[in-house]
Amino acid sequence: MTIALSQFNEVRLDNVSRDFGALNALRNVNLTIRRREFIALLGPSGCGKSTTLNCIAGLLPVTGGAIWLDKSRVDTLKPEERGFGMVFQNYALFPHMNLRQNIGFGLKMRGKTKAEIDRKVDEALRLVRLQGQEHKLPGQLSGGQQQRVAIARAIVIEPPLVLMDEPLSNLDAKLRLEMRAEIRRIHNELGATTIYVTHDQDEALSLADRIVVLRDGVVRQVGTPKELYEAPAHLDVADFMGFRNKLKGSVVSHDNGRAVVDVEGAKISGVAREKLAVGAVAFAAIRSDDLVAGEPGPNALAVTVDTIEYRGREFVGTARSRGGLDFVFRSHVAVEPGAAVHLRAADERVLVFAEPA
Amino acid sequence: MIRDTTLGAKLWAAAIWTLVGFFVLNLFAMIGTVVTSSFATRWLGTWLPIGWTTRWYDSAWSEFQLGDVLLVTFQVVGAVVLISGLLGVTAAYALARREFAGKRLLVLLFLLPLLIPPITFGIPLATVLYRTGLAGTFWGVVVANLVPTVPFVILVMIPFIEQVDPKIEAAARVFGANTFKLFVHVLMPLLLPGILAALLLVLVRTIAMFELTFLVAGPTSQTLVVALYYAVFAAGVRAVQSIDAMAVIYMVTTLVWLIIALRFVNPTQIVTRAKQQPAH
Amino acid sequence: MHQTVAPSIIQGPSLRQRLAARGFDAVTLLVVPAAVFSLCLFVYPFAFGLILSFEPKSGGWLSNYVRFFSDSFLYDTIGKTLWLAVPVTLLNLVLAVPIAFRVRLMRHQRLLTTILVLPITLGTVLVAEGLLNYLGPQGWFNRTLMTFGLISQPLKLVHNYWGVFASLVITGFPFTFLLTLSYVTGIDPALEQAAATLGASAWQRFRHVYLPLLMPGFAITFCLSFVQAFSVFPSAVLLGAPAGPTRVISIAAYQAAFEEYDYSMASAIAMIMGFVQLAIVVAVLASRGLFYRGPASGAKG
Repeated sequence: MTIALSQFNEVRLDNVSRDFGALNALRNVNLTIRRREFIALLGPSGCGKSTTLNCIAGLLPVTGGAIWLDKSRVDTLKPEERGFGMVFQNYALFPHMNLRQNIGFGLKMRGKTKAEIDRKVDEALRLVRLQGQEHKLPGQLSGGQQQRVAIARAIVIEPPLVLMDEPLSNLDAKLRLEMRAEIRRIHNELGATTIYVTHDQDEALSLADRIVVLRDGVVRQVGTPKELYEAPAHLDVADFMGFRNKLKGSVVSHDNGRAVVDVEGAKISGVAREKLAVGAVAFAAIRSDDLVAGEPGPNALAVTVDTIEYRGREFVGTARSRGGLDFVFRSHVAVEPGAAVHLRAADERVLVFAEPA
Repeated sequence: MIRDTTLGAKLWAAAIWTLVGFFVLNLFAMIGTVVTSSFATRWLGTWLPIGWTTRWYDSAWSEFQLGDVLLVTFQVVGAVVLISGLLGVTAAYALARREFAGKRLLVLLFLLPLLIPPITFGIPLATVLYRTGLAGTFWGVVVANLVPTVPFVILVMIPFIEQVDPKIEAAARVFGANTFKLFVHVLMPLLLPGILAALLLVLVRTIAMFELTFLVAGPTSQTLVVALYYAVFAAGVRAVQSIDAMAVIYMVTTLVWLIIALRFVNPTQIVTRAKQQPAH
Repeated sequence: MHQTVAPSIIQGPSLRQRLAARGFDAVTLLVVPAAVFSLCLFVYPFAFGLILSFEPKSGGWLSNYVRFFSDSFLYDTIGKTLWLAVPVTLLNLVLAVPIAFRVRLMRHQRLLTTILVLPITLGTVLVAEGLLNYLGPQGWFNRTLMTFGLISQPLKLVHNYWGVFASLVITGFPFTFLLTLSYVTGIDPALEQAAATLGASAWQRFRHVYLPLLMPGFAITFCLSFVQAFSVFPSAVLLGAPAGPTRVISIAAYQAAFEEYDYSMASAIAMIMGFVQLAIVVAVLASRGLFYRGPASGAKG
């Protein structure tokens, strides 16, 4: 393989902050990215994930803290001196250059010889499977092909770090899945250390080695996809990870990591994820997959079915309790809208969170 | 946007702002000279005049018959605005909504009077108008001024009309509006900002249009800017301050309309016409 | 396409339907008044002027042109006009580009653009009148330079080449600048960011990314600014030396028409003027073909 990535051990964000006037877009972000790691920055729009990426790239100066590449400080360098590869949301391909020139641009700026540029560009074209197209202009390519060019252009300079800013958000659903696999394949082949910004938890879960969930410029949780999926640390992270049922109630008991919450008179027990005070407001969070329609019993709530949809293997329905709570649930049998049913979840599938500050 | 913070970059930025400052300073000093002079009793060889007076405005008003000139100016401008609005908006509607053979040629035809400077086409135009006897009359001046303003309205309005989704018109028809009602109740309210902007720009441009008016105007049909030209041209006959007073009256007339126009349009539109409409 | 569906029993579409299918219907007819107007008052005068220029008061059909190119008092006007228009246009463009790049980053652009649009709306006559005082031997400009000890005698800046030059900068620079600014801001800033992350320095970003994308826009800006400067008239009369170094071509045309009443000769000069402008515009625009032309953003839709 001719595309060899620079050797280093870690990229470290040390208390990085970024203010826009009075607005704190980022507050004291600490994060260490190890070599060959694929990190996803996940969060809703405006959470600071793109700001983080732009600060690392040098497109935005940080207003506090430092960024380190092993022992050398990089946040004081201009973007062109950092040597990171970046894939932009709208690709930002140079419209007046053909693919070969676009991909070779970074090497040309580094004053490489023509032979070396040609050799590396050929290798990059092979890697993203665009051989034979190299004389086309970006405007003559489809969205997915443009995306491949943008990736090739970023990795051909053999950067220590590849930054990707929502690279799939401009593609349609089918192409998005294809390119996701493509990014995975290229990462496996090169092992490029990557920071990937997205607002789509599926993308983050399927691509990343570790996920960083951001909200209002603050890191909420860092962990592997499995950790985040199974054990979100806060209610907002759980919300992002697909816990669609959030039942507000009050804490009845809390010991040994187990908690019981009173929701409209029903006792719901589950795993406590945060420190809870007895009598305080808490939320029991349950995935719709784990909430099943059935008979009365422990950990069950009486509801009235609103709608029911056929989903092939099973049914997905919405329902409402007497107290006005909304539910999304799963059912093996067709229940009629208007029917009174009980929804039940297994203890270990219920996570209990304190009320968010 | 990448902001550079090195010393070289800072010096470069400072040099550029100095240049801009120098230009703006001279521009304001030039305007300031005219205004100061118009209020001066005597101003020779000093920084500021010896005394201040407003009598030059009285004398300019009577010497140059500014009352009549202003009346003619507004009549000409009013007629130009109305006619170019009527011809321009209807043509723009057709060009925005229909594809037909020769459309590109027609658009080019409307583009040319805006690209060719008025003095170039003004001389043959004036020749024709003199042959037909229109030159020297009020309508001769109006017609000459319409040559660039009708295309101007067309080119400003086309993108405005294209922005209105044809489905809105289709919806209005489905709900029973005939062409007239469609125009009054649907198109006019949607296009009004665009029409207003285009016509205000026409107004400002027509007040300041020297060449075409100069070439075809007679003594009773000259506008303010032409009268000002003749006054400066024949300087020496009258006091400088009197001419400056007239220039201030001209400036105020233009600037009032410019300020109104700028409430509705971006300053760059005065120069770049419709070409720079954002594509997204 | 809008087409009324008439239940036609007769075979084949009617004439009206066939026209409508080609895009000609009642709506298309709305363009007719403006088109007729343009033909009568723009195309016809031009054609009329062209023919008239070949019907001189005396001599053969080409004698107007022969006279123009054999009389140095006449043919010199082309050189004199170019000598004003070309340097002014180049200067304006050279100044406009770096300023536009800087202003693009500015938050309160509108104040500056509003100030700059002033001389354009006030027009050449007022600028000429203002500069006459301001740049005159007793004017504030010379007075300031003398106060700072930069000069000992007032510079002669009016009634010569430099007076006209200054007026063309005052009215021409804002025009060039605003056009340039609109082209510069039309380029996706992500392209510059991409170039920076790929290691391009500020100069390389300008040289390899902005310049090639802006060349077509600069060519058009040059043409429009040049054509404005080439047709300089009132300031050449009021601020210049209309019998000497600033006897520009429009003065020659005006004098032929309104002082000698030789409309045929005036038309000939106007045609020559139009031709010179056209030749330069075509030359510049033809060189545009060498550059990329197309949307200047990083992605399609």
